[in-house]
Amino acid sequence: MSPPSDTREQFRPPEHPTEHFLMTTVVGSYPKPSWLNRAKDIAADDDHDFDDGDLGEALDDAARTITDEHVRAGLDVVVDGEMRRNEMVEYFAHRIDGYEFNGPVKVWGHNYFDKPSVVQAVGYDEPWLVDEFAFTTGVATRPVKVPITGPYTLASWSFNEHYDSEAEVAYDLADLVNEEVRRLVKAGARYIQIDEPALATTPDDHAIVGECLEHIADGVPKHVRLGLHVCYGDYSRIYPEILDMPVDEYDLELANGDYEQLDVFKEPAFTKELALGVVDVHTGEVETVAEIKDNIIKGFEVVPPERLTVSPDCGMKLLPREIAFRKMENMVQAAREVEAELDAGEIDVGFAGE
Amino acid sequence: MTEVLATTPGLFPLPDRAKSALADLKGHQKDDLIDGEETGELLEVYDRARRDVIEIQTDAGLDRIVEGQLRWDDMLAHPLCVHDRVETRGIVRYYDNNNFYREPVVRGELTYDGDVAAELDGAAGVDQAVLPGPYSLSDLATDEHYGDDAALLDGIASFLAGEADALPDVETLFLLEPSLVADPPDDGEDRRASDAIDAVAGAVPVDTDVVVHTYWGAIPEKPYAHLMDAAVDAIGFDLVADHDRTLYNIQEYGTKPSVALGLVDGKNTLVESPAEIAERVEWVLDNLPAESFETIYATANTELFYLPVNKFEAKLEALAAAPAEVEL
Repeated sequence: MSPPSDTREQFRPPEHPTEHFLMTTVVGSYPKPSWLNRAKDIAADDDHDFDDGDLGEALDDAARTITDEHVRAGLDVVVDGEMRRNEMVEYFAHRIDGYEFNGPVKVWGHNYFDKPSVVQAVGYDEPWLVDEFAFTTGVATRPVKVPITGPYTLASWSFNEHYDSEAEVAYDLADLVNEEVRRLVKAGARYIQIDEPALATTPDDHAIVGECLEHIADGVPKHVRLGLHVCYGDYSRIYPEILDMPVDEYDLELANGDYEQLDVFKEPAFTKELALGVVDVHTGEVETVAEIKDNIIKGFEVVPPERLTVSPDCGMKLLPREIAFRKMENMVQAAREVEAELDAGEIDVGFAGE
Repeated sequence: MTEVLATTPGLFPLPDRAKSALADLKGHQKDDLIDGEETGELLEVYDRARRDVIEIQTDAGLDRIVEGQLRWDDMLAHPLCVHDRVETRGIVRYYDNNNFYREPVVRGELTYDGDVAAELDGAAGVDQAVLPGPYSLSDLATDEHYGDDAALLDGIASFLAGEADALPDVETLFLLEPSLVADPPDDGEDRRASDAIDAVAGAVPVDTDVVVHTYWGAIPEKPYAHLMDAAVDAIGFDLVADHDRTLYNIQEYGTKPSVALGLVDGKNTLVESPAEIAERVEWVLDNLPAESFETIYATANTELFYLPVNKFEAKLEALAAAPAEVEL
């Protein structure tokens, strides 16, 4: 067994029953309780006697409930399900100087988002996630991961009125992400994941994402685990180039495509840690423990158990809440069973490297 | 004497109140999207939204008024997605955008439908029709009937010719052909694409100006050379995305008697001023001293549904005011 990485062991629960440790976590977003959506509607309606203070209480309650739901599912590292974030670009753009909102634009059908415009040089205004992290940590009995929308995605999914190119927007935003990461680290964060779904649309821009990550990682202590989440794209167009990025872990969606793209990561060898998507977030069917175990074992074809993290494909927010919970529960159960079988020498690890 | 006319390629954003009303009436899932059979309250919301966008264009003073294609949930794939012989499947990416449409799978012969003509029949004041070009529509489709790309293109061209033939009388027809740039035709296919465009253009009365509008960049040279063989009145160019190669194409291969210049960025909220738009028209003319045009259509480069409503309206106003500032 190769030595565990510097950033992984700190997340092993003290009571962990096996020698092997397949860290279990989630990507980030989670279905919001229906009462939270209702509370937001009421808070926005002037006819109701339900103000921002009441809404703040509801958001705290939702964050507490969903964090606890992650703990109850047995995850080793939890998040609050991004209860306070309405959308992955809007939430940040509202907190960054230089952004302006003009109204909703179409994504598909009758699904819209308030795509913001960058109208002047972006700047750091108020902390984005430090309060969220402090609150979640305060209510969780497990370590907390912080997902942050990456600068490339923030730039790509905005209108650019000010900069000469999208890359320049992204680099300036990367400096702000770096500022936020430093503050999070100061507040005690040890696991930060940069989400870059926009890279899937324009894989040829991986060098821009790489440059952004250089900005983001600058000055971040070695014990802080940095991850990159990329989903729903042709990975062969960004691999192996992504291995050069200054992150510890790549969180990838592979269950949705039934691991068709797994071979991409075998040659050349995957030298970092892999957070493998083992449940599909785009189907309401809950995968069985046995199915998920098979998926986890597929991951050993790419990395040894010491470098495998077990995770859903992507954020779970579009699933019914009950389904999302059962998927997490089965995922953790599967990981624990595979760990025990690894300890007992009952599983052949397909990884051929090292 | 050259005339400069302000217009757009259509496919407008829904007015904000229609966005929420339609989301409530139709729903958010792919099975809830338009099927061409809408009735009752849904019909009323669309009628009202259509009147709104016609009024916005008229008030702005645009020289050509479009229907707005507000029902086109699937953007350019719309005429197929509402067709009886087409099955819609998963949601697929629309060119290089963070936008998606239902994959239209052609399962039988594409007979006459009349959806777009019916849309225009209910739209008083419209004098410019908009259709996807046959090459782009076949590029957006999946075929399970015609057997190969050439047969699919033929089938789609004759379908669109039927739809074009049924349109009420309009001054101008814009055929939108972004796929000529985004996924350009290969050798042999380029000639067929040009023939297919010819077939659709030939279906409208001779006094209707047909503009084949291209965008997402400049068309590669060979498909452009073939496009010049199509009997259309004007080719449209995306000067926002690529003015240099566009200019090269025109200098090298000439262009039609009229031209459409995509000068206003349909994908950015930064609003161009009428003076800037006029300068861009003049820049093109200065760089093409050998060309003299009958009509110059000053337009947005792309569809406009990418924009929030306030910026969309501001861009229409700027476009409408631009021709008066052009010094020929």
